Amino acid sequence: MAKPSQYIGQGLFYALFMGVIGYFSTFPAYTHLPPDETLIKLSFSHAGQHKGACRERTPEELAKLPPLQRKVTTVCPRERVDVVVELEMDGKQLYHEVLRPAGLAHSSNSSIYRRIQVKAGTHTLKARLKDRDGDDFNYMREETVNLAPGRIMVIDFKAATGGFIFKNKNAI
Amino acid sequence: MLLRFEGLLNKIFGNDLNPFYYLGALGFYFFWIMVISGAYTYAFYETGKEVSYASVEYLTHEQWYFGGIMRSLHRYAADALVLVMLLHLLREFILGRYRGARWFAWVTGVLLIWLIITSGINGYWMVWDTLAQYSAVATLEWFDWLPIFDEPMSRNFVSNDALNDRFFSLISFAHATFPLFVLFFLWIHILHISYPVVNPKRALALGMLLALLVLALAVPALSQGQADLGIEPRNIGIDWFYLFIYPLLDIGSAGQVWALVVVLSLVIGALPWLPTRFKQIPVAEVSLKDCSGCTRCVADCPYEAVVMRPRSDGMHFLEEAVVVPDRCVSCGICVGACPSSTPFRSDAGYVSGIEMPSLPMSGLRTEMMNGVAKLEGDVRVMVFGCDNAADIGKLRGKGVAVLSLPCTAMLPPSFIEYVLHEHHVDGVFITGCRENDCYHRMGGLWTEQRLAATREPRLRSRAERERIRQFWASSADFEALSLELESFRSSLAESGDASKRVVDRE
Repeated sequence: MAKPSQYIGQGLFYALFMGVIGYFSTFPAYTHLPPDETLIKLSFSHAGQHKGACRERTPEELAKLPPLQRKVTTVCPRERVDVVVELEMDGKQLYHEVLRPAGLAHSSNSSIYRRIQVKAGTHTLKARLKDRDGDDFNYMREETVNLAPGRIMVIDFKAATGGFIFKNKNAI
Repeated sequence: MLLRFEGLLNKIFGNDLNPFYYLGALGFYFFWIMVISGAYTYAFYETGKEVSYASVEYLTHEQWYFGGIMRSLHRYAADALVLVMLLHLLREFILGRYRGARWFAWVTGVLLIWLIITSGINGYWMVWDTLAQYSAVATLEWFDWLPIFDEPMSRNFVSNDALNDRFFSLISFAHATFPLFVLFFLWIHILHISYPVVNPKRALALGMLLALLVLALAVPALSQGQADLGIEPRNIGIDWFYLFIYPLLDIGSAGQVWALVVVLSLVIGALPWLPTRFKQIPVAEVSLKDCSGCTRCVADCPYEAVVMRPRSDGMHFLEEAVVVPDRCVSCGICVGACPSSTPFRSDAGYVSGIEMPSLPMSGLRTEMMNGVAKLEGDVRVMVFGCDNAADIGKLRGKGVAVLSLPCTAMLPPSFIEYVLHEHHVDGVFITGCRENDCYHRMGGLWTEQRLAATREPRLRSRAERERIRQFWASSADFEALSLELESFRSSLAESGDASKRVVDRE
C-alpha cells in the first residue's frame, strides 16, 4: 500500500512531466524574423542561350546520316551559357550569382532560389540578367517598391513575358 | 547522480513502477497512443491548401470534446515519445549499456531518433498553419543545399499560387507511411533482445495516459493561424522536441547544419566502438560433451545469444546449444542456468555445458572455497554479487567472503546449497543490480525465480531459506547494502544456530 507521501511524490512527478511536455511543446517562442525586416525571394528557372551559334549541316554530313535523321538540318551545340543575375537595392548590390546550367552536359535550365532578408520600407530594386555570351545584361528591371515588414516579395523571371516579374501584392 | 535520482523514484513509485526503468516501453506506449489518436484525426483530415487547415480547425474547435482532445493527445504523446526516447538514450549511455553486443540496439536506436523526428515534422506540415509553413519552407531550403535536384524544391513554396494541392496528398500519405517504418525499426531495435519489455506496467500506463489527458484539456494543441506564403512567419511557437533544428538554420548555414547533424549522428552511432575502459571478457563457450541440450541457457539468455541446433557430435541428445558470439555480452547467465554447473562434482573433469572461458565454474568454486577457508568468527557469511552493481569487494572482512560475478544470475543455485552444505558458512547473502534494473536485463529476476524455486535450475528445498538473504543494490546504495548485511549477520547470530554450527565445524 502506497503511503500518502508516495502519492504526493507521484503527483509531483506527473506534474513535472506535464510541465516539461506542455511548455516545450510551444515555448519559448522563436523570433524567426525581426519586426522591422522583410524578405525578398529571388526565384526562377531559365535556360540560357546555346553556347556557340547554330549552323546548317553540309550535304556531305546529311548524306552520312540515316535517312530519318536527315530532316533536321540545323545543328546547335548542346551546352548552354551560364545565366548571370544581379540584384541591387538602393544602388547597393545585394546579390550577384553566376548560375551554371543543370545537367551533365550543362544543357538544361539555370535555376535559383534565394531568400534575402532586408529592412522594410521603400526601396529601389534593380534586377539584371544575362543569358548569352558577351558582357552586357540583356534583361533589366528597376522599380521602387514598398516592402511591408514580414511580407515576402518574389522576384521571378520569365523571358516569354519580357523578363523580370516583381510580385509585391502585399506592399504597404 | 542518475542512480540517486532513480533511487528517489524507487521510493516514490517502487522499483516495479519506476518510470525510468520503462523508458523504452513508454516509448512504445506513446507510439500506440499516437497511432490511435492519429487514426481518428486522420479520418477528418482533408488534403488541399484551402481545406487542410480548416479541417484541423474544425476538429479542434467544433469537435473539441473528442476530436480536439485526440489532436492534443496525438501532439503530446508525440512530444512524450521524444522525451522518453532521449532519456532512454542518455540513460543507456550513462550506465554503459550500449557497448559490446548491444551496439545493434544502440545503432538502430539512433536511426529511430531521426525517423521519429522526420515523421513528427511531417505531421506538423499537415496542419498548414504558420508553424507548418515555417517548417516546410525551412526544410526545403535546407534540403536544397544538397546537390540532388536540378531545380530548387523551395520554388514550389514561393507563393500561394506556386503551391500545389498534391503536396498535401503527399504529406498525408507520408504521415501514414512513416509510422510503419518507425514500427518496423522498433521491431528491429529489439530484435536481438529476449523478453523485451514493450509495455509499461498498467498503473504507470494509466498514470501517463491521465497526465496526457489532463494536459490535453488544460492546454489544448492549437494551430497558429493559417499559412500564407506571401507573409513570412516571425514569432513562432515552436515544438522544441521536433523542430529544434530550424533555429540552427538561422544561426549557421545549411551546410553547417547538415555537417552538424551528420557528424553528431555518426559520433553517437559510433560510441559503442570508441575507446573505453570497458573490456568485455571472452564470450561464452559450449562444452559439447557436457551439454545435454536441455535449452535452459537458451531460455535464460537475455540477448538471444544462445540457440539450439541439431546435435553434431553423435550423442543421443536431439540438440546442442550454440553460442552466437556477436550477440553475447559475456554476462554468464547461461552458465548459471546450466544444470552441469553444479559444484557437487568431483574435481576431475568439472566443466559446465556452457562456460565463460575466463571464469570457469571449477575456478569459481575454488575461489569461493578459498574465501570461505579464510573466514573467522561466529557468523560467517558468503556474499555473491555483481560486477555492475554495488562493489561487494568493500564488504570483505573476517566473517565475510565475497565472490563478484559478471551478473548475479551467473550463480547456479547449487553454489548456494554447496556453500551452506556442511556448515561451510552460516549464511549466504546475494546482491546485484537494483530490482527491475539489471545491467544484463534479466539477471535479478532469474535469480529471484531460481531461489524461489519457480525457475530452473531451482534452489533445492534442503537449502535453508532463513540462511539466505537477497538485497538488490546499485553502486549508489552501498551504505544500505552494508547495513543490510550487518542486519543479516545479526539475525544469524540471534538465531542461535550459528554457535551450534561453530561447534559442528570444530
